Amino acid sequence: MADLSINLAGIKSPNPFWLASAPPTNSGYQVQRAFEAGWGGAVWKTLGEPILNVSSRFAAVSFNGQRVAGFNNIELITDRPLEVNLKEIYETKKRFPDRALVASLMVEPKREKWHEIVKRVEDVGVDGLELNFGCPHGMAERGMGSASGQVPELVEKQTYWVKEVAQTPVIVKLTPNITDITATAEAAVQGGADAISMINTINSLAGVDLDTWNTIPHVAGKGAHGGYCGPAVKPIALNMVAECARHPRINVPISGMGGVSSWREAVEFMLMGATGVQVCTAVMHHGFRIIEDMIEGLNHYLDEKGIVSVMDLVGKSVHKYSDWGNLDLNYKVAARINTDVCINCNKCYIACEDASHQCIDRLTDENGKEYLKVREDDCVGCNLCSIVCPVDGAIDMVEIPSEQPPMTWNERQAAIGALVSCNVDVK
Amino acid sequence: MNISLFDLEKNFQEVEPGLTDREAIEEANRCLYCYDAPCIKACPTGIDIPAFIKKIASGNLKGSAKTIMLSNPVGASCARVCPTEELCEGACVLNHSTKPIMIGNLQRYATDWAIRNEAVLFQSGKQNGKTVAVVGSGPAGLSAARELARMGYKVTIFEAEKEAGGLNTYGIVSFRLPQNISFWEVNQVKSLGVEIRTNTRVGKDVLAKELLDSYDAVVLAVGMGKVPMLGIEGEDLDGVYDAIEFIKETKTKQLTDKLVGKKVVVIGAGNTAIDGATCSVRLGAENVKILYRRTKEEMTAYDFEYEFAKQDGVEFRWLTAPKRIIGDENGKVTHIECIRMKLGEPDQDGRRRPIPIEGSEFIMPVDVVIKAIGQTRHLNLIEEFGLEHNGGVVKVDPKNYQTSNKKVFACGDVIFGKGQGEAMVVTAAKQGKESAYAIHQYLTQAVSETA
Repeated sequence: MADLSINLAGIKSPNPFWLASAPPTNSGYQVQRAFEAGWGGAVWKTLGEPILNVSSRFAAVSFNGQRVAGFNNIELITDRPLEVNLKEIYETKKRFPDRALVASLMVEPKREKWHEIVKRVEDVGVDGLELNFGCPHGMAERGMGSASGQVPELVEKQTYWVKEVAQTPVIVKLTPNITDITATAEAAVQGGADAISMINTINSLAGVDLDTWNTIPHVAGKGAHGGYCGPAVKPIALNMVAECARHPRINVPISGMGGVSSWREAVEFMLMGATGVQVCTAVMHHGFRIIEDMIEGLNHYLDEKGIVSVMDLVGKSVHKYSDWGNLDLNYKVAARINTDVCINCNKCYIACEDASHQCIDRLTDENGKEYLKVREDDCVGCNLCSIVCPVDGAIDMVEIPSEQPPMTWNERQAAIGALVSCNVDVK
Repeated sequence: MNISLFDLEKNFQEVEPGLTDREAIEEANRCLYCYDAPCIKACPTGIDIPAFIKKIASGNLKGSAKTIMLSNPVGASCARVCPTEELCEGACVLNHSTKPIMIGNLQRYATDWAIRNEAVLFQSGKQNGKTVAVVGSGPAGLSAARELARMGYKVTIFEAEKEAGGLNTYGIVSFRLPQNISFWEVNQVKSLGVEIRTNTRVGKDVLAKELLDSYDAVVLAVGMGKVPMLGIEGEDLDGVYDAIEFIKETKTKQLTDKLVGKKVVVIGAGNTAIDGATCSVRLGAENVKILYRRTKEEMTAYDFEYEFAKQDGVEFRWLTAPKRIIGDENGKVTHIECIRMKLGEPDQDGRRRPIPIEGSEFIMPVDVVIKAIGQTRHLNLIEEFGLEHNGGVVKVDPKNYQTSNKKVFACGDVIFGKGQGEAMVVTAAKQGKESAYAIHQYLTQAVSETA
């Protein structure tokens, strides 16, 4: 059994799985149920001035019959009085002292407001604070959430205000609704953040009803944009985590989230630089009980890899992530179809024919049996055929040894540049 | 199955429930949407199966039904009666990885939607002034008529029975194929302006010559006739039935309790024999046996029909042939004398010939004997048309179904020769369709030649 415990900027938890600040962490009842089930930590549903919610709040995207491929919500921060939340936080922490209990906070961008709420929540014994600069709907219209999270100066300033009084580690939660998340991440670091977390939800409209022409969801026939999350957003979140992780001036731990549904995504996020993950949509879909497989699956994975501590995963793939200009132009892979495994659905053929480089041939062997073959010389190694192939092991992407030494675009341009300046010198 | 002896109608309700919406969506999404898919090639009518399944997945059910019915004018019936494991589902590439798509059930789901929603799927073509007579309104005749009407021909179907639809209306048991499915397909054809003259027997009510004289072309799609005589003693006793007539009765008349508690034997082991046997079970027979002079290997019934009969408790007596039917003083069947057989050398159609074992005769008590040993040919009609034939099997050019009379095209069971296993509805549909295209070519060619 590997050691699953993590330490994120001083916040410790027995495993890297935290519940994200969201409907599942709305009350002490829920968070305690989650802790009973085994969750390592929880970020409480965002505290602030209690708000009013609308009825009809969630919507999900089904893809080819798969429910909740993506999830969209227009629910706001907590609608319960601060005192009630603080009392339940206190009770929960007392019952589960070994778990990480973090308070998510959102107030108006005013120094005294931040000071006041930080003091009040720290008084009940939270392990850390998470500043919600990410919520994209509703609160943003009032100058909070992503409205302040999109302005690096506001992120820096508010983080600074919090740090002026905070006794516990401060995590700044970032919005993905911005061109370059490293700008706000860096601002958080400048403001003194002990850690950053990402991603909050992405601006979204889940759908339009084909019969009523109402938005999905709608409130009395009217809709407003919500925040998108769930399995569909994982690649976006993973990239943002990785971009921050490899950024030289963003040198604080990252709490990763966005589409984490099982231990597998947790491993991916941690390899790309996250120290632990936060989960919401998968719990909304299946309940807290999914934690059992998350812990067990992660354990088995680490054991199989001979890794003693989950912290040893953190950032191990970051150096493998770079700019396009640093990729080797002379590296080549080509598709190879394993005829004995192939079931002849021809999906690779039509994908290559219509959407790639027309390099798969449909042939017939001496017994009249149809088979598919890649013309390797024409194959550009795009992977499309292996992506659409429904059978594991039917198409391998095989590395083709290159006669040329590795050369990146940047190296190539530098070499050409040198050559040109040489020529100039000669003249 | 639970047979009710009091509510016989219930026993004849369709056995298989259709897929639910959710089941259909899940199954449709499992389809790989193969390119140049083998299921299409395995379908005699060449339905674009991946396309119709994709349309189910996207919620375009009208389009799905249209794709099916375009290729196969009796696609709703075929969804129920096709031996799919030998055709489309047998060819599904997922046989090699997981399990094949339930193509038949999805086809039924889409066509059931069209039936329920009374969808209009096709329109007749611009009238081209030419006329075609179609003799017979079974799968082949309907398919030919539908395609001809779509190409602008004025089509008249002549049907001897009271209702159109042929085998699908009268010959396949209701619990497998309810009559309303066949009637919907008939109405689809009628809605293209095809006139169907029912209760009109060609050769009696209308002469073959009249058709040859007054139409530009004729499609002969009369199928086959009654079950032939066994040629044994006692065949005319009360309690001996022709399987075709027996099944037809269950589809056209009030069900009666005349078989309740009775012992039934069915002679033959094709799909009609199975239907006769399972009908008997559903009519309350106490014991139903199928007697076949060969073995399970030579049986022509589909595997799923055989399984279905076994599920119904039908017993099979292989290598057993009837020798004599015995009756009482009132002329009612009481016993049947049988003889055991062994298999000899293969005969012309490649199946091993059954040979009686001398002295192996035995007598079984029985109340009802149902004959299902094949069907006779409409010899008189074929000869009235003056067509070359081979023992009642009309000779056609395999390329275009043209008979020895250039004006006459024949398709369906009327050209179905011996030793080809069991005739399929879907093959008849394909031939009907192709006959229509051949007629179109023949008539347009004739025009260009005379022009």
